[in-house]
Amino acid sequence: MTLAPASGFAASANPPPPRRLDAALLLGLLAFLILPWHRIEGGFFGFRWLAGFPSDPDTAPGLLQILLHGRIWLLAPLLALAAAAWARFALKDPDARGRAWVRLGALGLALLTIQGFLIGFMGWSWLWLDGLFGELSQGQPAMGAGAVTAGAAFLLIFSFGLADRGVLRGDAFVISSIAFLAALVAIFVFYPVTRMLVGAFQDFDGSFTTAGFTRNMASSSIWSLGCVIGETRCGVAWRTLWLALMTATGATTLGLCFALLATRTRFPFKKGLRLLTILPIITPPFVVGLALVLLFGRSGVITQGLSSLFGVEPGRWLYGLTGVWIAQVLSFTPVAFLILIGVVEGVSPSMEEASQTLRADRWRTFAQVSLPLMKPGLANAFLISFIESMADFGNPLVLGGSHGVLSTEIFFAVVGASTDPSRAAVLAIILLGFTLTAFMAQRLWLGKKNFATVSGKGDPGQHAALPEGVRRLVYAVTIPWLLFTVTVYAMIFAGGFVKTWGLDHSLTFGHYLRAFGVSWGDQGILWTGVAWNSFWTTMKIALIAAPLTAAVGMLTAWLIVRQNFVGRGLFEFALMMSFAIPGTVIGVSYVMAFNMPPLEMTGSALILVMCFVFRNMPVGVRGGVAAMSQIDKSLDEASLTLRADSARTLRRVALPLLRPAITAALVYAFVRAITSISAVIFLVSAQYNMATAYIVGLVENGEYGVAIAYSSALIVVMAAIISGFQLLVGERRLRRENRVAATSADGKGAAA
Amino acid sequence: MNAVPQEKRDDKRGSVSFEEVTKSFGAFTAIPGLSLEIAPGTLVTLLGPSGCGKTTTLRMLAGLEHPTKGRIRIGGKDVTALPANARDVSMVFQSYALFPHMTSLENVAYGLRSSGIKAKEARERAEEGLKLVGLGGMGARLPAELSGGQQQRVAVARALVLEPQVLLLDEPLSNLDARLRRRVRTEIREIQQRLGFTAVYVTHDQDEALAVSDQIIVMKEGRIAQQGTPRELYESPASAFIADFMGEANVVPCAVEEIAGGTAQMRIEGLVRRLPAPAGLKPGAAQLAIRPNAIALSPSAPEHAAFPGRIESAAYLGDHVEYEVATSAGRLFAVDSQTDSPLAPGEAVAVDLRPRGVALIPG
Repeated sequence: MTLAPASGFAASANPPPPRRLDAALLLGLLAFLILPWHRIEGGFFGFRWLAGFPSDPDTAPGLLQILLHGRIWLLAPLLALAAAAWARFALKDPDARGRAWVRLGALGLALLTIQGFLIGFMGWSWLWLDGLFGELSQGQPAMGAGAVTAGAAFLLIFSFGLADRGVLRGDAFVISSIAFLAALVAIFVFYPVTRMLVGAFQDFDGSFTTAGFTRNMASSSIWSLGCVIGETRCGVAWRTLWLALMTATGATTLGLCFALLATRTRFPFKKGLRLLTILPIITPPFVVGLALVLLFGRSGVITQGLSSLFGVEPGRWLYGLTGVWIAQVLSFTPVAFLILIGVVEGVSPSMEEASQTLRADRWRTFAQVSLPLMKPGLANAFLISFIESMADFGNPLVLGGSHGVLSTEIFFAVVGASTDPSRAAVLAIILLGFTLTAFMAQRLWLGKKNFATVSGKGDPGQHAALPEGVRRLVYAVTIPWLLFTVTVYAMIFAGGFVKTWGLDHSLTFGHYLRAFGVSWGDQGILWTGVAWNSFWTTMKIALIAAPLTAAVGMLTAWLIVRQNFVGRGLFEFALMMSFAIPGTVIGVSYVMAFNMPPLEMTGSALILVMCFVFRNMPVGVRGGVAAMSQIDKSLDEASLTLRADSARTLRRVALPLLRPAITAALVYAFVRAITSISAVIFLVSAQYNMATAYIVGLVENGEYGVAIAYSSALIVVMAAIISGFQLLVGERRLRRENRVAATSADGKGAAA
Repeated sequence: MNAVPQEKRDDKRGSVSFEEVTKSFGAFTAIPGLSLEIAPGTLVTLLGPSGCGKTTTLRMLAGLEHPTKGRIRIGGKDVTALPANARDVSMVFQSYALFPHMTSLENVAYGLRSSGIKAKEARERAEEGLKLVGLGGMGARLPAELSGGQQQRVAVARALVLEPQVLLLDEPLSNLDARLRRRVRTEIREIQQRLGFTAVYVTHDQDEALAVSDQIIVMKEGRIAQQGTPRELYESPASAFIADFMGEANVVPCAVEEIAGGTAQMRIEGLVRRLPAPAGLKPGAAQLAIRPNAIALSPSAPEHAAFPGRIESAAYLGDHVEYEVATSAGRLFAVDSQTDSPLAPGEAVAVDLRPRGVALIPG
């Protein structure tokens, strides 16, 4: 027998430093010596800065900033880097070197952050620093490529130091992943939200006061229980909570019914079903609202029909929580469906077969085995629909009428006639309280139950058919809902071809031509339609954001489920928080946080991408966690004992088994980037305008025809791209029988 | 590298040692200070009831758990701090842990590819590995398309192609039926002896342990209860626990009358015998382990060298008969290979002991 090639190690007491240390130092050198330190006006990737590089004060790298332009404060982080380089060569003992690197990495990050906050455009950021240290002759712009790379280098130095000290079995990949994710969450979730919450205690001039906070917190417009005890309305907090509970219940029930319909029945149109249930998520939320108005509004088709046929007085019932609820269930059922279908498919057929051989009939099998195994999925679907409903902005905006919910109230508190940042912050705190409570409830309910159903053994067999009663119920629930959905979409697509709803119902292509017109000029194709600019921007940003979101989401899910690190619970919590914060708050807080140094991103495409990644990642994480906890841990361990490091294990074992979850995350991230409106409306700029913001602008101008034509075109494009994603990622390759035990007409099982 | 250290290293290649290894999970200490040595090229079984720490010991050797205290050496080298993927061991999991999305060939080639071996060579070696376990030509199948026994062999091949210093097997046969279990364990033993690697084998089945091992380490509550060859453990158990665990045994109280020249004279009821004296045996009260087949039953009246008993139940099992016998020394379980005229329940019998299958236990 020979020694396996990969297993040679140095047996000496002090092995040579791993090569990754040099990579981290090189990255640091790149940051200080080559990349322009500060933010480039007009964009880094324009590369126009190369003209003045490297001596120009706007584009000079860190070292030249210190030497030529007197920005001596950058010397502090540079010295931390130099010390790390010294430790790399001088300290032979891994433990001592690791300790030095941990400290230097943390120190470098701290110095980098502190100098960024203390020194702004005009010198010291606070006047009292002038008195303390004397006036600075010059300030600095926001951080740019060099500064960000330096931050990354310090994070690596910190992580590799921990790895040298044997933390997490010395797994540098896992430690760096955690460090980077934690840093990103801190920058893109905690920092803006903190900025926002500080707003609750700030007066208009920025000074500290608690007056606004206490006044708003005790407001009866938030907490009134008037609807229970008297005729008046309930407070906005209770209304939002009630709506979210109803929406989550409705969406989870419908999602489960659809998932069962798609996997456990012999429903003839399963393929079409998947497409149809995806439709509502690829629809900008306010469009569903608009379609409902076209159907049930005072001059809606159905309202008018009922009025002329039976003399039913056209009412305004749609404008309020009922209408919002219908629109939200329409919107979020597909999200629940996407989560639940993976779970329903993941239930091991042999469990159901085992149950059947244990004298359990199909009903008992379903109620006692299949359904409990789906519990984590159901809890996830409920939680996500609940939070989605809480954070939803588009539907309440269109249908809420005077019955606002928390998210719209926050919006109006920020942009309305009476701006009140303090009230906005208070409402945001309440909203967060509700969503975090939902999160806690889910954790407690699921407890530590083990639901591993994809084991390391091959798992043949076929799923049990549904009990007759459940099957009928599933059909009775899903078919009318399908028809309803079809009707709503028919309205959306028909809307684009009608001249003016309510007034002139003649058919026209005018709206489409105005939005998507093209003509041929001297330079080739001219995109003359008004929609093209925002359309291409939207596609570009969504296509960048979706894979990033899925990648970060899956990595996070894997770390949470498979790695045992300090603060894992906190980490998961922080992620959920970013999802629980409604888009309106994110939008406002991003504007407040990223409008000035040290990080300046407003008006760029980057802020849109980061906003989408951190708003949508938690859904991917939840899906990934649910799918991952169904995969036996011994598969990961087997990979480790087969010489694979954790990165390879993730890539070759975990990810391929997570394909359904990855598809879900990709699809979700992509469509959310295209359809979301609440955060986007604050972050778009003339250069980077998104489709939804543009459509809302059209609606405001009264151009309903063009707006709905643009929306339906978006839906078609998204459907096409999603099919592409689905093909690309493919089905999980387990070769499990994907059949359902056939049932004869009288409901008795028969062999397939 | 010069020749001398190379030789020295090869000397130790495949050896395993635990030095005062402690493993705690929170407040619970699963392994309190375990020390053991495993010689290169041997197959050693860790045997014990569930919860005795055998699997934790194996996982620490694999690098899937890390000791709270102490050192682990493999091939003479300290691997205590090394992660699983940097250790020259590989493992066969109880659940096989075959990657369900890879074919059996891809499964077997996985570790080779992880070790940086080129795709072509990895493929060839994986095919050889599959041939070694008798699955040549099955490489294209997914785990779900293989029977339990075939999956098990793929798992063995996957671990073996890495040519590890030490192969770890965690109850590898527990998911197989009895007939297959016998065949596969013979195959594993045969491959191990042919290739000469060290194997550490965890099981709770003493038959399996007796059949395959060079050495057996019986564990109880995280400690070694006894270590030795199968014969040593079976014939001279150090405690009643070992005696009962290593094949069934009747453990009954007896009296040691005197010890001389490595043998002891003991008395049980009216029966007096000279038996080999284990270390630590003192005159006075002791215990006697009697294998079921060491009990001779005769229907006649008690002679001077036997004591009386009565048959409580009898079960005919083809090649032998099993009896429950009530005696004044307690209830005894006996096996008789004489099946022509079985004794009937209720019958009075004389109980005698054969020379083999009887062992004294101190205390």
